[in-house]
Amino acid sequence: MTTTRDWLLSDRPASRRQAKLGQSYRTWLDFRTNALAFLGLLIVVALVLMAIFAPWLAPHDPLVGDLNHTRLLPPLTEGYWLGTDDQGRDILSRLIYGSRITLAVVALVAVIATPVGLLVGTTAGYFGGWVDTVLMRITDIVLAFPKLILALAFVAALGPGIENAIIAISITAWPPYARLARAETLTIRNSDFIAATKLQGASSLRIIWKHIVPLCMSSVIIRVTLDMAGIILTAAGLGFLGLGAQPPQPEWGAMIAGGRNFLVDYWWVAAMPGMAIFIVSLGFNLLGDGLRDVLDPKRQK
Amino acid sequence: MAAQTIRGRRGALWTRKAASVLGTVAITFLGLLFVTFLIGRVVPVDPVLSVVGDRATQAQYDAAYRALGLDKSLIEQFWIWLTKVFQGDLGTSNLTTRPITQDIARVFPATLELATVSIIIGTVVGIPLGVWSAVRQGRPIDHIVRVIGLVGYSAPVFWLGLMGLLLFYFKLDLISGPGRVDIAYEYSFTPKTGLFLIDTATQGAWDAFGNVLSHIILPASLLGYLSLAYISRMTRSFMLNELAQEYITTARVKGVPEWRIIWVQAMRNAAVPLVTVVALSYANLLEGSVLTETVFAWPGLGMYLTNSLQNADMNAVLGGTLVIGAIFVGLNMFSDLLYTLLDARTRKRS
Repeated sequence: MTTTRDWLLSDRPASRRQAKLGQSYRTWLDFRTNALAFLGLLIVVALVLMAIFAPWLAPHDPLVGDLNHTRLLPPLTEGYWLGTDDQGRDILSRLIYGSRITLAVVALVAVIATPVGLLVGTTAGYFGGWVDTVLMRITDIVLAFPKLILALAFVAALGPGIENAIIAISITAWPPYARLARAETLTIRNSDFIAATKLQGASSLRIIWKHIVPLCMSSVIIRVTLDMAGIILTAAGLGFLGLGAQPPQPEWGAMIAGGRNFLVDYWWVAAMPGMAIFIVSLGFNLLGDGLRDVLDPKRQK
Repeated sequence: MAAQTIRGRRGALWTRKAASVLGTVAITFLGLLFVTFLIGRVVPVDPVLSVVGDRATQAQYDAAYRALGLDKSLIEQFWIWLTKVFQGDLGTSNLTTRPITQDIARVFPATLELATVSIIIGTVVGIPLGVWSAVRQGRPIDHIVRVIGLVGYSAPVFWLGLMGLLLFYFKLDLISGPGRVDIAYEYSFTPKTGLFLIDTATQGAWDAFGNVLSHIILPASLLGYLSLAYISRMTRSFMLNELAQEYITTARVKGVPEWRIIWVQAMRNAAVPLVTVVALSYANLLEGSVLTETVFAWPGLGMYLTNSLQNADMNAVLGGTLVIGAIFVGLNMFSDLLYTLLDARTRKRS
């Protein structure tokens, strides 16, 4: 009798699909033994679920509080487990809704910066010559800039707001992906299957998009995951400086800035959102580390 | 004779490397200048209106428009701006009404002092931690160091700063609060260098020195902790790399004491890439200082930048960005060059 597990772990896969699934399953088993990485995955999954089900999970309204009865309640008050802020809003509910902003920032930066990096890197690597020189020189210039400062200057120019913060972070985030994609492209550019595709008359665009980009994807995705913690911290930093999400949006960095004014007597207003940022960015760091360990062929024994 | 030729050739290689690095620096700086210039041009605020006000006549508006050079092409404008920057003219701040170069020269020592104390803390603690966890690879101490590093990577620095202030200043009263020095001590020494620790020490104002120290200790420890996270992780990996080499086995067989193997023989080789890591961390500290300085009301470049941002003082923002960017790029390239000079292997390969 064969179970799904045996089918997956078979050393004589009958089809390409079985081999592929088996490989993924082995990677998963490998990943699962790493307790810290698994914790990271749990945190990230929890964040996603929290963002999706925010309206059902949040016990109170995140934007409108009860100014008469629930101002600055300490944590562990019944019904307001993480306390309330100066406008009587439940901090837990705000954190739950804030997870949507955090997740949106991370996802949008990944969606904007990754394709740009992939396209620049693969184009530079595939064509070589002066195209390579020009593109990589631009990449190196952007890479040499201090990220947060550049993002600050961009937001200052474009005006504060979460959309501009996302654009600014994306502008500073793509160069590492370009470098990585270029390095990967260089190793596969001269392989036989590329030559075969070329002989069949495929255009450069097609070769890059259909054959090179998919092969660069996995290493770039690992890098993006590792960068997500940094992206969250930058976005929170911009929010803290008042340049990211604007009030009354429950963005975690801006919430810390709000709690700063009455830090001494009502510490929880600033402490709780910081804790949330810390946990989520730790989660992404752990997950990224774990993914790198599992997926990097050089580290496999 | 032969040795001389080799030395001569090596000298030529270094010169060539130095020339190529300088070329890269020049291009990167030009890129930095251009990006900064462009950011200044996409501001949605009309620069003419901010000069003449919205009650100016069309003639006044046109005159100011020409005076600002806005009738010229973008390239021409960039060129004019470039010549000004190279003459040390970054424009005037709307907020302080002083030349921005002067403003920056005034606030820079504060940032320099904070970053320097931080990098000292980060290096002095980070390297031994990294070595320790490499030697005890896989043991509890290795995991503890890893977690310490991960926390450093994951925690928002401004939040750590606020929580640190709350705990050590407001609750425990162990340190002094925001700012560089209490007003009571501010006039007991002359800020010659602008680095208060040095100024107070050289002038024998030890009371003030103690006060300055109790102000700097928390922000410097925090920033030091951030660079520690990176330095210890890199030290660990360089050290593991060296300890797996054959010369270490040889030394062990010869009976060289373990501390000497680690701290003298392996360290000598691990130190080469470490210099680069420390230089990069130093550059990152300048960046990290923006948020830290805001939290600690530290009157440095970072706070100048955020103040200017909040008051829409675009000239000052661009000036600050340019200066921090230039130092960052400079340190990056410097560490690159240093690496080539120190590492025997890159020398041979090139």
